[in-house]
Amino acid sequence: MSTDMETVPHADRTKMTVSDTDVAVEINKMNKWYGDFHVLRDINLKVMRGERIVIAGPSGSGKSTLIRCINRLEEHQDGDIIVDDIELTDDLRRVDEVRREVGMVFQHFNLFPHLTVLQNLTLAPIWVRGTPKVEAEEMAMKYLERVKIPEQASKFPGQLSGGQQQRVAIARSLCMNPKIMLFDEPTSALDPEMIKEVLDVMVQLAEDGMTMLCVTHEMGFARQVANRVIFMDQGQIIEENEPEEFFSNPQHERTKLFLSQILH
Amino acid sequence: MTQSYFVRSEMQEALPPPGQTTGIVAWARANLFSSPGNTLMTLLGFAFIAWIVPPLYDFFIARAVFTDPEQLRGAACRIEDVGACWIFVKARFQFFIYGFYPDDQIWRVNLMFVLGVILLIPLLVPKAPFTRTAALLFFLVYPVVSYFLMTGGVFGLSVVPSAEWGGLTLTLIIAFVGIIASLPIGILLALGRQSKLPAVKLFSVAFIELWRAVPLITVLFMASVMFPLFMPRGIDPDTLLRAIIGIIFFESAYMAEVVRGGLQAIPRGQYEAANALGLSKVKTMVFIILPQALKHVIPGIVNTFIALFKDTSLVSIIGIFELLRAVRSAGADPNWISPTMAVTGYVFAGFIFWVFCFGMSRYSIYMENRLHTGHKR
Repeated sequence: MSTDMETVPHADRTKMTVSDTDVAVEINKMNKWYGDFHVLRDINLKVMRGERIVIAGPSGSGKSTLIRCINRLEEHQDGDIIVDDIELTDDLRRVDEVRREVGMVFQHFNLFPHLTVLQNLTLAPIWVRGTPKVEAEEMAMKYLERVKIPEQASKFPGQLSGGQQQRVAIARSLCMNPKIMLFDEPTSALDPEMIKEVLDVMVQLAEDGMTMLCVTHEMGFARQVANRVIFMDQGQIIEENEPEEFFSNPQHERTKLFLSQILH
Repeated sequence: MTQSYFVRSEMQEALPPPGQTTGIVAWARANLFSSPGNTLMTLLGFAFIAWIVPPLYDFFIARAVFTDPEQLRGAACRIEDVGACWIFVKARFQFFIYGFYPDDQIWRVNLMFVLGVILLIPLLVPKAPFTRTAALLFFLVYPVVSYFLMTGGVFGLSVVPSAEWGGLTLTLIIAFVGIIASLPIGILLALGRQSKLPAVKLFSVAFIELWRAVPLITVLFMASVMFPLFMPRGIDPDTLLRAIIGIIFFESAYMAEVVRGGLQAIPRGQYEAANALGLSKVKTMVFIILPQALKHVIPGIVNTFIALFKDTSLVSIIGIFELLRAVRSAGADPNWISPTMAVTGYVFAGFIFWVFCFGMSRYSIYMENRLHTGHKR
């Protein structure tokens, strides 16, 4: 739960532009249950292209479930989710289409341990997009350079540190040229020293104009990079605001309590 | 003037040299006699060796019959107090290896073996060239070529019915076909058992539970005795073929459960990562899940292979002359009857089985190490 501003490099907000007209994700009156348990209640969220949204909240509040619904790792039972003009339904082809446009980074990296770093990066471009192998490898090296670990290309994930693995995972998503990136607590499983190297990459991504939804406890990152912070509790979005307002002037009692515990 | 300082004028006597740290004595002291407990174990070990080795040496080498210059055959082994009857193995060696395969056609079997070994080398040795070509040839072309080489009837090769096949050749054929077929069928059954489609799942569960719950001997009897009763008159599939199919089904049920164990060891995150990248279900299985799952269960898979290899000896009860049956029936020859001949034959057969199974076991350990991709502790 680092809140030090120093862990996040200074982000150049002038590079981050939000579209006024181009909607990336639209969620209307979405509900989800696990059996009888109502995990997400009446979620409404509209994400414009270029937005960087940080989703905060206590554990069990449904933040992860929400972003996992956006690429249908979880099914919703009620309401609509429209990603990049494609409505998510049971139609598997649409699900695949959405997944090709949406990249996801997990808390526990979920790299493929039996493949080298380079193979991790080229697998999906080759087998999903049909990119020729040589081209896929060139692209993979380009993204490995962007996350600053090109020298690890031929190693296996098990031989890398946590921070390196998470950067590989980010590069793996980027190799599919996603229009939207989802981050599910990308730094929660990392040692404090490694958090910075991952956040660096995420800031860089934001500066390149990527639409991002991040579930994270890195409030420094939220302040520097996010254009909106969403606070969830018990499956509901109970507050959303610009980061300055959100941190300095929280409206809801639950938000105040949460911030008082997380900021010091 | 008295001296206020002291300088020693004689060298101090040298300390005794340290005990030996190299050489056999030192090694034995460090490894065999390092404590009273270890000393006791070492002595017990030596006592056991002393108890077991001389009689074995005596039977298999010292008193054994290695040569038969006077063509006495069994009589040479009937002399009082004689050891292992190696001349029996030597004289019937060809029968043990090839069964009743006609003498002048044995080159066909040998050619099949040689082709198999040539194709296996690139598959078993990492980084050997032509792996992909060899795999295609080995799994698709080789079985067909072998079948026609063994059976004949084409290219002027004389027909050799499967009833004349036998010995180690037949053991290897049954084991090879069983191994090659049971792994993919087992994988499909394991995946089927996890399927969300009720029909597929039910079929897989029923198949696995049925075949796994029946003794292999029963399966073989059913295949050889019951099965023909249900077939229309005139259609009589080859006994060997029926036995092989029985073995394949039986072993693939076991294989399915081994593979299922591996599938369960794969964390959900792997499926999620593959899904998030847009990989289809089939591609997720082929590229992500199965390679990891199978790697986890290499010991179990090889265990099943080894069991299968040894289980081939059970086909002898339905009249198929695999290695063990060949050895046994050779012993029924009155010319060879002698007290130690049977033991010698069985030891020989056991040794052959052991060589193949031990080879598989060692190779699997080698594979496990080679496929290990993380940090090694």
